[in-house]
Amino acid sequence: MGHLFFSKLVAYALMAGFGLAITAGPLGCFLVWRRMAFFGDALAHSSLLGIALGILLHVNMNIGIIVICLLCALILARTNSRQNLAVDAWLGIVSYGALALGVLALSNSGTHVDLESYLFGDILTLMKRDLYWIYGCDLLVGSFFFWKWRELLLWTVDEELAQTAGVNVNLVQVVFMVILALTVAVALKAVGALLVPALMIMPAATASRFARSPEQMAILAACSAFLGISFGLLASIFLSTPSGATIVVACLLLFVTSQVGRKWL
Amino acid sequence: MMQPLISADHIWVKRSTATGEKVILQDVSLSLAPGKITTLIGPNGAGKSTLLKVLLGLVPLSNGTLKRKKNLKIGYMPQKLDINPTLPMTVERLLSLGTPQRTSKIQAWIDACLTEVGGFNLKYSQLATLSGGEMQRVMLARALLIEPDILVLDEPMQGVDVLGQEELYQLIGRIRDTHGCAILLVSHDLHLVMAASDEVICLNTHVCCSGHPHHVTADPSYQKLFIAPYQHSHDHCDNGGHS
Repeated sequence: MGHLFFSKLVAYALMAGFGLAITAGPLGCFLVWRRMAFFGDALAHSSLLGIALGILLHVNMNIGIIVICLLCALILARTNSRQNLAVDAWLGIVSYGALALGVLALSNSGTHVDLESYLFGDILTLMKRDLYWIYGCDLLVGSFFFWKWRELLLWTVDEELAQTAGVNVNLVQVVFMVILALTVAVALKAVGALLVPALMIMPAATASRFARSPEQMAILAACSAFLGISFGLLASIFLSTPSGATIVVACLLLFVTSQVGRKWL
Repeated sequence: MMQPLISADHIWVKRSTATGEKVILQDVSLSLAPGKITTLIGPNGAGKSTLLKVLLGLVPLSNGTLKRKKNLKIGYMPQKLDINPTLPMTVERLLSLGTPQRTSKIQAWIDACLTEVGGFNLKYSQLATLSGGEMQRVMLARALLIEPDILVLDEPMQGVDVLGQEELYQLIGRIRDTHGCAILLVSHDLHLVMAASDEVICLNTHVCCSGHPHHVTADPSYQKLFIAPYQHSHDHCDNGGHS
């Protein structure tokens, strides 16, 4: 077993895990604070259609995912103001509609496609190019947080309040959607379309038990995500289990520990 | 007569819905002057909150004109702040979010505003632990931070018990006296409103009647709306505009 720890694949996977954790953690916090967990879910599911688009049009898969995610975000943003159906129903329609369309398109794309790898991911298949995408995404998300942190927090507290305080809410919202779509796209290969939201929501939920300020919670969530990814990755190597699912189970264990552990602290 | 801080002239707001166009505000005119407390009353769905949002510039007009004084500063207290309990944030942090820099001068000003609303002891409390009344005080402090020309309060009494409500009204009156700002508030509670307001506007999509509290309570259209449950088929008081 020993040689595996030093293999290139594991090193790449851990580096990718670190890169993913530092964006997924804080972004997950915003999803939790703004009660948008299902929104993240819908975007992640719709990314499967994006993959199909990428394959069919012979463009980079990440681009396909970002385009489809943004399209779904746009549809959902428009339905918010049109209240003939409740938001959760719209989320379900967009989420599963895109997922099913994606499966159909993939199965008809002609080329052999391993559907399971897109649905559940495998962090050990990541290559150097994926690392560039992940760290590029980190750079973008990081600079967005750096420049717009105060605006983002105001938007999170209350949209109208932020608007009266002079925040360009529409701009913040659009950029947030873009970085969310980007994060979903780069995390997809590691944990898969069905499990990406877990990587954002669970660490944030774990962190919320301990944090006293938004910044603390964002940092704790990133740490918790990295812990979950590292433990999950190592466990999946030792136990020969699927890496995506093992990582999510590790995040789940951290969450449960935090819920139980808080009582003893 | 002082120049009004803000004046709305025959404004209309329409919204397209699945079933067609819905008129939310119909030919509403009003103006706010410094040092005056104006209260907006009306049944649910009368367009009270929409009117506030029009004045704040959050909702676009379909028709009519809105004039604001140059560099008008409006302190806004929303009807209900739906803060997720998982968002860890202290009162102090929320208040300093409204200001770009954290200098000692601003810190002192935050303390002063919190003290004014009687909420200094809440400074380091987490938002999730505040009661309804405490939250309203904090939001009031937040609105005062920008030294507003107009204070806009959307149902400030929501979630506040009766004793707290009277205290809050006294506080609002004191703020008007010390800051000299115009205050516009929306309320359901008639008796407390009547005592504290200089002008009452009774809204039901259109302005049913307006004026001094005593004048409005005596108005038949007010009585129809609030005293006896009544199908609002005919409207407008004797001094109302068109028919």
